[in-house]
Amino acid sequence: MTEERSAVVVRDIRKSYGELKAVDGVSFTVAEGEFFGILGPNGAGKTTTLEIIEGLRKPDSGEVTLLGEIPWPRNTKLLPRIGVQLQATAFFDKLTAKEQLQTFGSLYGVSPGTAADMLELVGLADKANELESKLSGGQRQRLSIACALVHDPDIVFLDEPTAALDPQARRNLWDVLRAIQERGKTIVYTTHYLDEAEILCDRVAIMDTGKILALDPPAVLVRGLDAPTHVTLQKGAMSVVDASALDGVEEAHEDEVSLTISTRRPAPVLSALAERGALDGLQVRTATLEDVFLNLTGREYRA
Amino acid sequence: MTAFKTLSLAMFKGFIRDKVTLFFTFLFPLMFLVIFGLILRDVGADKTKIAVVGDGPIVSALRDSGALELEPYNDENSAVQKVKDGDLPAALIIHGKQLDVRFAQSDQVKSATVLGIINGFVDKANLTATGQPPTFTFAAEKVEDASLKPIQYLTPGILSWGVAVSAVFGSALTLVSWRRKQVLRRIRLAPVSATSVLSSRILVSAGVALVQGGVFVGVASLPVFGLQLSGSWWLAIPLLLLGTIAFFALGMLVGAFAKTEEAASAAANIVVLPMAFLSGTFFPVDQAPAWLQTVSKIFPLRHMNDGMLDVLVRGKGIEALVVPSAILVGFALVVGFIASRVFKWEE
Repeated sequence: MTEERSAVVVRDIRKSYGELKAVDGVSFTVAEGEFFGILGPNGAGKTTTLEIIEGLRKPDSGEVTLLGEIPWPRNTKLLPRIGVQLQATAFFDKLTAKEQLQTFGSLYGVSPGTAADMLELVGLADKANELESKLSGGQRQRLSIACALVHDPDIVFLDEPTAALDPQARRNLWDVLRAIQERGKTIVYTTHYLDEAEILCDRVAIMDTGKILALDPPAVLVRGLDAPTHVTLQKGAMSVVDASALDGVEEAHEDEVSLTISTRRPAPVLSALAERGALDGLQVRTATLEDVFLNLTGREYRA
Repeated sequence: MTAFKTLSLAMFKGFIRDKVTLFFTFLFPLMFLVIFGLILRDVGADKTKIAVVGDGPIVSALRDSGALELEPYNDENSAVQKVKDGDLPAALIIHGKQLDVRFAQSDQVKSATVLGIINGFVDKANLTATGQPPTFTFAAEKVEDASLKPIQYLTPGILSWGVAVSAVFGSALTLVSWRRKQVLRRIRLAPVSATSVLSSRILVSAGVALVQGGVFVGVASLPVFGLQLSGSWWLAIPLLLLGTIAFFALGMLVGAFAKTEEAASAAANIVVLPMAFLSGTFFPVDQAPAWLQTVSKIFPLRHMNDGMLDVLVRGKGIEALVVPSAILVGFALVVGFIASRVFKWEE
């Protein structure tokens, strides 16, 4: 990846608030068109990192290049090319969904007609004339993403867009985020949902206490863990003794409802199970980013 | 320019859809106007009532003049008893050509008025009886004095106050709410100048001030209140606009320090309420003690009030705008400058 093709280049940025090192030497690059996730628990420094890249904050040290420009101090040449959704949902008072989009669009000189396209994109076409305050949490979140996209920016920053949403609303939003990426946008987003980052992101940076602990595609991170795969069957599908004897099985145990087999070579285990017709209630659970986080920090992940 | 237009429209919509703001902008000041207007409507119109026993040419002349209200009694004792009880200030008893007045000493001003009026009528009757032409004559003519009917000073006062309240609260609450909800940061991330955002909000406040002027003057002009506008009323328009800008700047200063809408609201009240009372919103300030009049001169609202009074009801010309305008502009510049120094984009 050459730096000319990079949408974002961050080099060793640091930011302290008094004693607290919010961002403590962070470096990474994001390629054009990439879906890049920054993830970690609350207080990890994700938001501050994002704000420094957006040009809202000046880093104490380090350099940021955004679409080839320096974002700090406020760079009006850069602003039309970036879309930012802030952590809190920032809206004008007492305006409908459509009016919010038109007003934000006007800040960029966008024609009012764009509002309808944006509502369509985020699946709010039927809520165009609803007051923003009457929308549900998920709808409001989608509207704020639409407001960040209304001027057709090249790169979009989303700060925890799926926080505090119910599972259905989160899944709806994932579709919106994928649709944005299909339009060729670069997306940089923060989340504290590891499962979500795993599904959506091309690459993720795992942050904790102001530092990046790991940065890779989710699958690489998970594979790199060398953690066993857990195969779960309905209880009684096979005895613990038989299961332990299968080729590649490291450990097998049983509780009231299921039999769990741990293996680092799931392929032969699964084919052996299939040969014996013992696939009732089969579930395969591989390691997740949560396990990666646990491995990196030595503590359980808590969003 | 399109950002300015759309923002103005957005803020205007936000304003008219907010019922609480509408109430405090229009109905709340109107309530004061209506209540004070009705309470004070008849002040000074009460005539002094006295008891009368008997009749004659002087009694008829008194009755025709309407200078006093006469309550007839059949016997002297009951009339005098009324005075003794303090119900009436005096009793006039006619014995043919002899007029006796029995008056109460408790209310000396009223008694003196009554005695003076009756004496005047007796003297006039005596002069007419002699058939001589009067040596001295006098003619009475009304002059436009400093004292005004209540509605005449209430309307300019409450209008100035209403404009000040809506401009201070409008700017302070908008600023705090936008900062708290991160709308300010969002605006900062757009290629739009702070000036066009600020000026569109001021435009909305200025429009509101003009509507307030129309509504308050309209209501006060209803026959029940009877406001009489002077010919130079339109000079109030520049004053409304300058007042809006001055108090908008004050709201920006309040909003720079307040962290929540509640705090902004409380702080704005602390600033505006004492100023309203000391600046003659509800009573003519020239009836206040001298020290208070001096103190009130430090408030821009006092000067806005003076200017409003002069052009709305006293019929003064454009020269009456000079001092109030200069003070409002100066206030807006100084306070606006301080507000811009302490302005914060985020919490």
